[in-house]
Amino acid sequence: MPVRACVLTSFYRDSVVLMRVADDVRRRPGVREAALFMGTPANLALLEQAGLLEAEGRRARPEDLVVAVDADSGEIAATALAAAQELLLARRHTRDGPRRARPRTLESAVRVLPGANLAAISVPGAFAGREAMRALRRGLHVFLFSDNVPLADEVLLKQEARRRGLLCMGPDCGTAYVGGVGLGFANVVDRGRIGCVAASGTGLQAVACHLAARGEGISQGIGVGGRDLSADVGAEMTCFGLEALAGDPGTAVIVLVSKPPHPDVLARLEAALAAVRKPVVVCALGLPARPRGDSVRWVSTLVDAAEAAAALARGRTWTSRPFADPRGAGQRLDRCRTVGLPGGPGILGLYTGGTLAHEARFVLEPLVGAVSLGAGADSRPPSHRILDLGDDAHTVGRPHPMIDAAGRAERITAAGDATEVGLVLLDVVLGQGAHPDPAGPVAVAVERARQRAAARGRRLAVVASVIGAPRDPQGLAGQVARLEAAGVEVLPSNAEAARFAALLLRPELAATLLGPAA
Amino acid sequence: MTVPGVFGGPVRVVNLGLELFAETLEADGVEVIHVDWRPPAGGDLRLAAMLAALDDEADPPEEPISPP
Repeated sequence: MPVRACVLTSFYRDSVVLMRVADDVRRRPGVREAALFMGTPANLALLEQAGLLEAEGRRARPEDLVVAVDADSGEIAATALAAAQELLLARRHTRDGPRRARPRTLESAVRVLPGANLAAISVPGAFAGREAMRALRRGLHVFLFSDNVPLADEVLLKQEARRRGLLCMGPDCGTAYVGGVGLGFANVVDRGRIGCVAASGTGLQAVACHLAARGEGISQGIGVGGRDLSADVGAEMTCFGLEALAGDPGTAVIVLVSKPPHPDVLARLEAALAAVRKPVVVCALGLPARPRGDSVRWVSTLVDAAEAAAALARGRTWTSRPFADPRGAGQRLDRCRTVGLPGGPGILGLYTGGTLAHEARFVLEPLVGAVSLGAGADSRPPSHRILDLGDDAHTVGRPHPMIDAAGRAERITAAGDATEVGLVLLDVVLGQGAHPDPAGPVAVAVERARQRAAARGRRLAVVASVIGAPRDPQGLAGQVARLEAAGVEVLPSNAEAARFAALLLRPELAATLLGPAA
Repeated sequence: MTVPGVFGGPVRVVNLGLELFAETLEADGVEVIHVDWRPPAGGDLRLAAMLAALDDEADPPEEPISPP
């Protein structure tokens, strides 16, 4: 097929804009594939591999934009290239008007917006540290969404921030709520009295949504990034966040969500927790259960963190339960049994949220045995495997899977042919900034995967939870309905979804997980 | 410790990177300015690192440390 490419010299657009334009061009009649990438060596290699790099594209430099189209005819390809260029220029004119100049640097932006107090940074990781340091030195709090930021840079940034009494949320911080404003991937929830410090985005999103479902809201949600509790960073922003929330008059209860802290950091973290004179709920995923302290309550799942915090805020007692509605879960299990149990031994978790992926693993392991958690493909997968598709390894040069749904959809479809996989476990994350219809591509892929599995005479079960709030732009109820129509079992939390997946593979667990309702 | 003043709002945002985030904030009525950011040194990582080092050397004397 004819491939045509053009190179736009010294032309930069962010990865989401490029993805949107590529999607638009791909929908044109006769276009088979469209790709828009900055001309870095890694991107050129990807285009070469995909058969989309020809003579014109090879001359691109890292600061140039390569547009490549594969179409049914040379004429269609040429027209599609022209359309892509028009779209790239039209976007800017629509937003700003052709004459309005935009600031080119952080310094000039601060001059244009007096009183600026926060920098939201999502430039490529290799350049993000420099911009974040500039922002801190000009007295701005930093929300650092970028991943692939060197660890050494993170240490320096957080030390600088702390010294200046500023927040450095990230790198790799997906979500934050500050002063009533949601940053990054944020769900549309009411402001409230529960403050949260969270390792990364989806943990905070899950807590915010579960709180909203229980009539509570977030006062401040401070994301710290997944490496804050490493030995190198030493919990610098987690401790700072706890101190800040402890002093915040709008915060009545504090929730801390984290992955397991490095052993050298645990003591510092516990000292910081002990110094807080407010009720605290700690959800350190994967950390062995701890005795209940005077003011610190340790829980093991995100939904439990929200439930415990809501109960503490209302002065009520609370007990953890495997299923909020065990009778309903039992009925669901019976219905699934009638249709047929999974036709394969393994669970494949395909996650867009890192914290949710970790949570699923820690819920599943005691129930089904070892579960591997990795960013990439293993050559010999064990029977149960969870992939964190939002990990740095998957996001170089392309948008996060919560924005770009194509990569996960391909993996879901392929699971239909993987005879070792009997069940696919998913998260579907809503909120501002996320894909406008994340359930749509998942549902289509699930339908295809199940058709492929059926052609091999086996059944593929799919279990999911939706992290969302009723006022999210995607519409929570509609997203759940779309998944259910595709035959996905949608549970009210990620922990319940993981437990239900275990029940489908091992129905004998019903007595333990459902109690008398079984 | 001093509670960051930004907790009480209003939050005024300088956005560098994904334009999507500026669009979302703007739609919510948050004051935001989007920077027309481009990779320094034409995206050459080695040159960009050298520029960053120069940045540090050329940095103005420490500003007073007072959170907004």
